[in-house]
Amino acid sequence: MSRLLKSVVKLSAYITFGVLFFIIGYILVRGIPNLSPSLFHLEYTTENVSLFPAMITTLMLVFLTLIIATPIGVFTGFYLVEYAKKGNRLVEVIRIATETLSGIPSIVYGLFGMLFFVVYLNFQYSLLAGTLTVGIMVLPLIIRATEEALLSVDDSLREGSFALGAGMLYTIFKIVLPSAMPGILSGVILSIGRIVGETAALMFTLGTATKIPEGLFSSGRTLALHMYILSTEGMHINESYATGVILLAVVLIINYVSTLLSNKLAKGSNDE
Amino acid sequence: MKGNFTESFMKGIFLICAVTSIIAILLMCIFIFAGGIPFIQEYGFKNFLLGTEWKPSNIPQSFGILPMILGSIYVTLGAVIIGVPIGLLTAIYLAKFSSKRLYRFLKPGINLMAGIPSIVYGFFALVVIVPIIRDVFGGTGMNVITASLLLGIMILPTVISMSEAAIRAVPNSYYEGSIALGATHEKSIFSVVVPAAKSGIISSIILAIGRAIGETMAVILVAGNQARMPVGITKGVRTLTTNIVIEMAYAADAHREALIATAAVLFVFILIINGAFLVVKRRTNLE
Repeated sequence: MSRLLKSVVKLSAYITFGVLFFIIGYILVRGIPNLSPSLFHLEYTTENVSLFPAMITTLMLVFLTLIIATPIGVFTGFYLVEYAKKGNRLVEVIRIATETLSGIPSIVYGLFGMLFFVVYLNFQYSLLAGTLTVGIMVLPLIIRATEEALLSVDDSLREGSFALGAGMLYTIFKIVLPSAMPGILSGVILSIGRIVGETAALMFTLGTATKIPEGLFSSGRTLALHMYILSTEGMHINESYATGVILLAVVLIINYVSTLLSNKLAKGSNDE
Repeated sequence: MKGNFTESFMKGIFLICAVTSIIAILLMCIFIFAGGIPFIQEYGFKNFLLGTEWKPSNIPQSFGILPMILGSIYVTLGAVIIGVPIGLLTAIYLAKFSSKRLYRFLKPGINLMAGIPSIVYGFFALVVIVPIIRDVFGGTGMNVITASLLLGIMILPTVISMSEAAIRAVPNSYYEGSIALGATHEKSIFSVVVPAAKSGIISSIILAIGRAIGETMAVILVAGNQARMPVGITKGVRTLTTNIVIEMAYAADAHREALIATAAVLFVFILIINGAFLVVKRRTNLE
């Protein structure tokens, strides 16, 4: 019986990691040979199916979203951990709100973004509408990472700072924040992964234009959207593989960095 | 004086930021429900939810979303049947069987799995799973089984990381007590440790259900998307989520409202699932 249980457990682990390696390996093996120079043409045409504009659009979207969502998320974390008193009703409500936000499927975000930003605020399909929609989406991620990072900072640091006569703000920005930085950063990096991989929330907010957006109010498409459109059209399977490779590369880098950061965080708290 | 002003000013800023999530969720509720509920009232609650025909281009149009509700339930159930046992057992492996050195490689693997974009999963399913299913079951290869397999894979990281954390949170004394009574390593884990982690495991499953029911872009590529009552697991289905994406691009008037109403129904499902999750989680914390 014990033997059987053990082999079932092992088999499941093999299946899980087998599937993971197979997916990554398959996309890389089939995709890398398809990374031809024409895919990196400055402009998309139906002939070259260039993914370069989508790459730039993705970068723009990530950058803009982080600029908006990071301060809001981090400041929320400050409020929840450093300012709010235990048992505060508002904190309770904020927690429920962020947890609910993190469970909402991206298509619902997409539809909300379309109804609110695109139609109601009349942004049209635009970089701005896309940014704000995914900005709300990654907010819970950043908030949670900040909260956890702040909570892991030893209270003696804060007390020491207060004892020396430092104010709340000084303590937060100069004492607490530096120690919490790796944790916050890893949340921000995970958010990048989320933004890069997003499709459903962007289809009806950012739109699917093939050009690099000229400004906040013009449409574009991210790599993930580009890959989705290529896959549904079914005409450019090779280019889909190539796009998949780039997406996977981004995800691999992001995970590597966030693992490094969380290891650093774990080490840091051991030192204390 | 100046210092005090900055202090309270910044505190205000932090507070405003903290309220943003509440405002966001309220706005989402308002816009989705205000867009969907009037249509449901007009068309009839029962006709909409229990109607078996979705034919927006017929005259008169019919907007019954029961096929899509069932479609979502079918593929989610399939995903749970496939993903939960494998995920749970993998979690047990990670928490109790793997060596420390191996774990250092495997754990980031699970995080990586959670980070792979859904479109990549969907594309993989399209080029790998669909042809296999086509060979085995015939037809197009785009059906309930394919979608369930895909979603089963996609929920693995959710099930694994939360269940693993729950299993690790069980005090070691449980395990030691069982070993001391003469039980084997495996027996102790399966009859003592895992049952003690029950509520954490249940919340991981609830979260996984939420993921599966909300997944859109990957499912579109492999589920077949026929808007009709499900006719078996080897035939295609359409889910609530895919219904929205497929038709939103060209829908107008009542059709468009019907799609927003579809999102409202999906939203309610998700809120119920989230609520269940919060309740289980709170109970876990109290224990």
